[in-house]
Amino acid sequence: MAEVLVYVDHVDGAVRKPTLELLTLARRIGEPVAVHLGAGADAAAATLAEYGAVKVLTADAAEFADYLVVPKVDALQAAFEAVSPVAVLVPSSAEGKEIAARLAVRIGSGIITDAVDLEAGAEGPVATQSVFAASYSTKSRVTKGTPVITVKPNSAAPEAAPAAGTVEQLAVSFGSASTGTKVVSRTPRESTGRPELTEAAIVVSGGRGVNGAENFSLIEGLADSLGAAVGASRAAVDAGWYPHTNQVGQTGKSVSPQLYIAAGISGAIQHRAGMQTSKTIVAINKDAEAPIFDLVDYGVVGDLFEVVPQLTEEVKSRKG
Amino acid sequence: MSLRIVVCVKYVPDATGDRHFAEDLTVDRDDVDGLLSELDEYAVEQALQIADEADDAEITVLTVGPEDAKDALRKALSMGAHKAVHVEDDDLHGTDALGTSLVLAKAVEHVGYDLVISGMASTDGGMGVVPAMLAERLGVPQVTLLSEVAVADGKVTGRRDGDAASEQLEASLPAVVSVTDQSGEARYPSFKGIMAAKKKPVESLDLSDLGLEAEEVGLEGAWTKVDEANERPARTAGTVVKDEGEGGKQLAEFLAGQKFI
Ligand SMILES: Cc1cc2nc3c(=O)[nH]c(=O)nc-3n(C[C@H](O)[C@H](O)[C@H](O)COP(=O)(O)OP(=O)(O)OC[C@H]3O[C@@H](n4cnc5c(N)ncnc54)[C@H](O)[C@@H]3O)c2cc1C
Ligand SMILES: Nc1ncnc2c1ncn2[C@@H]1O[C@H](COP(=O)(O)O)[C@@H](O)[C@H]1O
Repeated sequence: MAEVLVYVDHVDGAVRKPTLELLTLARRIGEPVAVHLGAGADAAAATLAEYGAVKVLTADAAEFADYLVVPKVDALQAAFEAVSPVAVLVPSSAEGKEIAARLAVRIGSGIITDAVDLEAGAEGPVATQSVFAASYSTKSRVTKGTPVITVKPNSAAPEAAPAAGTVEQLAVSFGSASTGTKVVSRTPRESTGRPELTEAAIVVSGGRGVNGAENFSLIEGLADSLGAAVGASRAAVDAGWYPHTNQVGQTGKSVSPQLYIAAGISGAIQHRAGMQTSKTIVAINKDAEAPIFDLVDYGVVGDLFEVVPQLTEEVKSRKG
Repeated sequence: MSLRIVVCVKYVPDATGDRHFAEDLTVDRDDVDGLLSELDEYAVEQALQIADEADDAEITVLTVGPEDAKDALRKALSMGAHKAVHVEDDDLHGTDALGTSLVLAKAVEHVGYDLVISGMASTDGGMGVVPAMLAERLGVPQVTLLSEVAVADGKVTGRRDGDAASEQLEASLPAVVSVTDQSGEARYPSFKGIMAAKKKPVESLDLSDLGLEAEEVGLEGAWTKVDEANERPARTAGTVVKDEGEGGKQLAEFLAGQKFI
């Protein structure tokens, strides 16, 4: 059967959920072969096998951490040449898209980014994308070369489908460009203990209406009662109330959770671009005319300082 | 020695307008007003700041796009860039990211460069892949998605804020840089800037000037094809209640009904 390369996103061998989604989608097209770079291949292999990887190609080298992007492209290209797959799937993170972009140039193949669904087609994989702030949905194909497709988180429910997951070493020779951009230092982000924004089933976001960094504890309180991730509008981020890594929207993260709760957010087009595909949308805003209400399944016109604490209490008491 | 900076800017349909697809499933550029992609204003701004720090720098703004894309170049010139290059050719219609990066690479080489600066993503296609492709094609370091950037002693340094970590990067020139909207507010063109821009040179190039064939670009040459574009049905209007003191509880009731609690 035809093989599909799946680029693995992991933290020291702990495979992140979007990769499991990729493996699930890859099985619609062929047999997934996972490409794992860096440490922790053995730990990762068990998970990758459980979700359908027939093989796990792995390589570990200092270059992956010491230089930006290109060493990983060299490795993915080596895997591509070793396997001759029918498609290459990469998670749609900022780095994933850059890796995919460079691979596409090297192998002379078309690239589709930010797919939200993928299916087999008569002329190769068909990718669904959500465009123009999610006001359109398109179906596209790669028409030249081997399709390179990046897939957004939450595009499929991961399904287990145990396979061999045989670990094989991948021989990588780094090109001269690989050491072009040095990572001089790296400051890891502190973990908040909350779910990852793009992967979370529920996201609670606060905007300008939250009116101060200190008030974001209200948003966090509601998020924690629901086991949700915390998001913010750009207005809240620009004001310095919440980190940019939590920004939802065109220039922040694009999220597609089961439930999105917007508090004190007006719903500008650039914010909608990042949350419009959420399954259920709820808003709390004191302005009945706010455009966010055009999107909601349920909206409360009211002061978030009244509504959010009451909701948090109610959630807590119902959950017991 | 002078520092040659090329800023890649894209002319895009206004995101606050009603954006559509044309019949051939390319972005409809006729119905909606176009403008310089807001995310590329940050690239122009950083170029201006880097040029200020350098002894002698020349900023060229470069766009690949239709006739109207000149507006984007004018805006960048009025912000303070020195000259502009417009790659314009009927055969470019429908060019995808791979094709665009090919044209940009040829054009950048035509102009001559030490530093290429681009935005983090275009506000229409929004793929965020062109800068990486450009670096790959030019064979120079990629120093992308920077929230802070500086150039000194033939080196570019910057900060890249990723999900897992914040990284400090360094590369030798020539290099391709992209900057995010966290890199610093872009300036507004001054009246003087707008007047001066009218006199600044805009060079027009077509595919043959760049040694490219029509088959390599455009809708025909594209590596991808859009088969369908469907307008998403508007979300059906939900329930909106006014908080009369029980809003939080009503919301909880809704969430419980949807099995979120
Ligand atoms: C190129 C570009 C990229 C952008 N990218 C993004 C992006 O990625 N993400 C993003 O979010 N934005 C982005 N923006 C900005 C966007 O246009 C809006 O400015 C921003 O989303 C507004 O944030 P907001 O809704 O929090 O603030 P506002 O629009 O000011 O809305 C605040 C809302 O809070 C309500 N409110 C106030 N007080 C209360 C209260 N006590 N209780 C209840 N409600 C209250 C108000 O009624 C109002 O509706 C971008 C803009 C540009 C030009
Ligand atoms: N047609 C174009 N002309 C000039 N620059 C472009 C063009 N398309 C993309 N770019 C540059 O590449 C960046 C990323 O674009 P994209 O990969 O399309 O999201 C933009 O912010 C621009 O700096």
